[in-house]
Amino acid sequence: MREFKIVGKSVKKVDAALLARGKPLFTDDVTFEDMLHARILWSPHAHARIRDIDTSEAEALPGVHAVLCYKNVPRVPHTSAGQGWPEPSPYDMFMFDNKVRYVGDRVAAVAAESEEIAEKALRLIKVDYEVLPAVFDPEKAMEEGAPVIHDEPDCRQVLPLFYDPKHNHCAHIEVKTGDPDRGLNEADIVIEHTIKNHYAQHCALEPHSCISYLDPMGRIVVRCSTQVPYYARRIIAQCLQLPERMVRVIKPRIGGGFGSKQEIVVEDVCAMFTLRTRRPVRLVFTRPEVFVSSRTRHPMIMRVKTGVKRDGTVSAIKMRVISNTGAYGPHCMTVLGSTCAKTLPLYRCPNIEFIGDTVYTNLLNAGAYRGYGVLQGTFAMGIMMDEMAHAIGMDPVDFWKKNTIRVGETSPIFSALSEIGKGAEQKVDSCALPECIDQGAAAFGWKEKRERYRNQPDGPIRRGVGMVCTVHGGTVALLDASSVTAKMNEDGSFNLLISASDVGGGCDTVLSQIFAEALDIPLEDVIVYPTDTDVTPYDKGAYASGTTYLSGLAVIKTAEEIKKQILKVAAEMLNEPPENLRLEKKGVVSTKSGKRLEFGQIAKRAMYSKNQFQIAATASEYSHLHPQTFTAQFAEVEVDTETGQVKVLYYVTAVDCGTAINPTLAEGQVEGSIINGISYALTEEFIFDENGRVLNPSFRDYKIFSAPDIPKLKTILVPSYDPTGPFGAKPIGEPAMDGVLPTISNAIYNAIGVRLTESPFTPERVLKAIREKRGR
Amino acid sequence: MKEIEFTINGRKKRIAVRPKDLLLNVIREELGLKGTKYGCGTGECGACTVLLDGRPILSCLTLAVAVNGKSITTIEGIGTDEHLHPIQQAFIDAGAIQCGYCTPGMILSAKALLDKNPNPSEEEIKEAIKGNLCRCTGYVKIIAAIQLAAKRMRGERV
Repeated sequence: MREFKIVGKSVKKVDAALLARGKPLFTDDVTFEDMLHARILWSPHAHARIRDIDTSEAEALPGVHAVLCYKNVPRVPHTSAGQGWPEPSPYDMFMFDNKVRYVGDRVAAVAAESEEIAEKALRLIKVDYEVLPAVFDPEKAMEEGAPVIHDEPDCRQVLPLFYDPKHNHCAHIEVKTGDPDRGLNEADIVIEHTIKNHYAQHCALEPHSCISYLDPMGRIVVRCSTQVPYYARRIIAQCLQLPERMVRVIKPRIGGGFGSKQEIVVEDVCAMFTLRTRRPVRLVFTRPEVFVSSRTRHPMIMRVKTGVKRDGTVSAIKMRVISNTGAYGPHCMTVLGSTCAKTLPLYRCPNIEFIGDTVYTNLLNAGAYRGYGVLQGTFAMGIMMDEMAHAIGMDPVDFWKKNTIRVGETSPIFSALSEIGKGAEQKVDSCALPECIDQGAAAFGWKEKRERYRNQPDGPIRRGVGMVCTVHGGTVALLDASSVTAKMNEDGSFNLLISASDVGGGCDTVLSQIFAEALDIPLEDVIVYPTDTDVTPYDKGAYASGTTYLSGLAVIKTAEEIKKQILKVAAEMLNEPPENLRLEKKGVVSTKSGKRLEFGQIAKRAMYSKNQFQIAATASEYSHLHPQTFTAQFAEVEVDTETGQVKVLYYVTAVDCGTAINPTLAEGQVEGSIINGISYALTEEFIFDENGRVLNPSFRDYKIFSAPDIPKLKTILVPSYDPTGPFGAKPIGEPAMDGVLPTISNAIYNAIGVRLTESPFTPERVLKAIREKRGR
Repeated sequence: MKEIEFTINGRKKRIAVRPKDLLLNVIREELGLKGTKYGCGTGECGACTVLLDGRPILSCLTLAVAVNGKSITTIEGIGTDEHLHPIQQAFIDAGAIQCGYCTPGMILSAKALLDKNPNPSEEEIKEAIKGNLCRCTGYVKIIAAIQLAAKRMRGERV
């Protein structure tokens, strides 16, 4: 493994001091002269046609500047999903439509002098609804005769992919490798389970925010809390029927995303108001709006059948998945695809069948959320692996080791499916999973605790341990791309212009470290400037855990180009061939003559003295494959069999993310993922009434973990070096969260012998499972 | 409109507010101090935390008129750009800041704790910040940062 100077060091986050001082860095921290405030009217019905809408009273209210509804905006079918182009998500959305498809769907919007006036105006809008029958159960939604949620003639899938809205059926995937039926026949034991995860919200602390205004040339500038500024520009332009050149998107600091800001949720309406009023317009969601009308995690029903031989070999995996995308289909196909393509390569089993369907219902709009289908697939497979190990009497540690992919091996799943269509032929270029399992088990005390809890005395309070391994392929192979621009200043410092779009994870810091390492300069000589589509070059944005990996590769390529130019100038100055020269500590030294030039001298010469030019470069990289990040996770739980309360006492996560460019930031990704995961597993849950209305859109009633709730955590970064990654790095944003549901389910099973297959593991659900088992 | 007078970050202010104006909006809009954040509007996330006579309060639930004659400290009022408050420095050093949206409120809750209890236990730290939600960090490094700040404020060289 290589020795590094800046890479691998936990340097302080470049924006940390500003954030610690509370500087006005976020979207809503800047105000503009004459700014209007927009508010949206939401549907009270799960499914209704709007016969008519009367906005005249709202428009007449003093202080109101514009009202938007389906009658006065262009009808442009599109998807809010921030994805490459053409998007694999169906074009099933409209800025406003004459139909509403869930409680919380857009009906109309007002821009006024103040939020108070805008809200008053909303109450003056008269909507004549024809309420339609609604469907909330994804299996019923697929039945013949179910209410058709997208009956509009102009919704469509732009790619040649399956799409059957007449049956509420918006994605279908089938993958088969080897001979799954033979694999089941050859098994000594066949196990079958139906596993269900639940809706959840990202709960980024900053609500979705947008402020748009016109620049002096009449172009629309959109400052917004987005993870995907370039996609935001493209989709805003599409919705407003403008060329992209008329839209500029600026990403300030973002207060967390986790996938919820990989969608155009507020930007199109805000920009449309600016276009109509020629005024700056602000649209910031309230917390209830974030809960109900932004995006959520896809709940899935996963029927899994697996075969195992007595020697511990998994002989077949069959997975049948129904994913509920709610009223619209952003990411509906790719989340489902990831459940197969990015989850199942973990298993060495050659015989795999995956059949998946995504279905519309009149419930919350699902979208991208940390884990992105892999979390769901890992929930199912993590439980199945535990069940199989138990069935043949093998320690799960040994069972996981025996059945998980190793370095140099490939999986037929890789080429069978990317998130969309055929995937890249690839092998596992680096894998420290066996070390993760060993180090994690040792730190956790796996063997001792298993032994201790096997012999624990009878009583209502039981303890148990569980483990799971995970894989998560980062980026979208063959489709995602990143570009980086760097230019040199007189003092030998550099501007690093990126669109990688830090939303809190720290990529501005990590990419600066990679750039500094590549040119052997101190970190303070890198002036990182994040996304402004007028200034920084195209990058996919922050999703699919791909920023460190893919944007990091583009940073290295850019640095290589810069290096060539520096050496060319230095060669002229020293009158030596470039081959003699190398970079060293912000300078160039000759290995022959020993002469040295400082970067500052070289930059000044290039800018001012001879053969003048700007030392600058832009380089791009696309994702050739899905780099594979591995984790092994261990949980110790305490279950109160009288109340059903589950408490996590200790959680260990051992992670192979290749080189951790900044170990503290990498740990932060893992710790945040695990606590989000435990919170999701135990307390977070949307409660719907019988009409599909969310009853708990607040932090009071939708409980996310606060500090006293967290268990003892241990994070181990197990080093490996991925030859395809920047300085050996692999993705880290999502992978840890994937394993939490099954790890806790397995620990509960170990504690009380009862299998929880439906999340969250609330006291009610645990007690019910205990009673069902006793009743049997 | 009602005229109120209060101290904000050590400076006397006299402004006119409506009886229904919330302290959060007055701080952000009238006084232009944007470090105090809106996160939920119902006092459940702590992003709007400020100190009222040294005690943490939720500015999104507090009427501006209620601070008449009192002293408010916001994140802008502790430390300077040149000399950060030790808690701010510890948050940076411990890697406790990811997106940074919860950070001002979190730091102010920590300050209220450490001002009255210079040597808190881990449980006391968790209790002091239980009203401040963070979705990025899992709280691990935030707790470590407050422990680090406590040590430094007690004069330990760490």
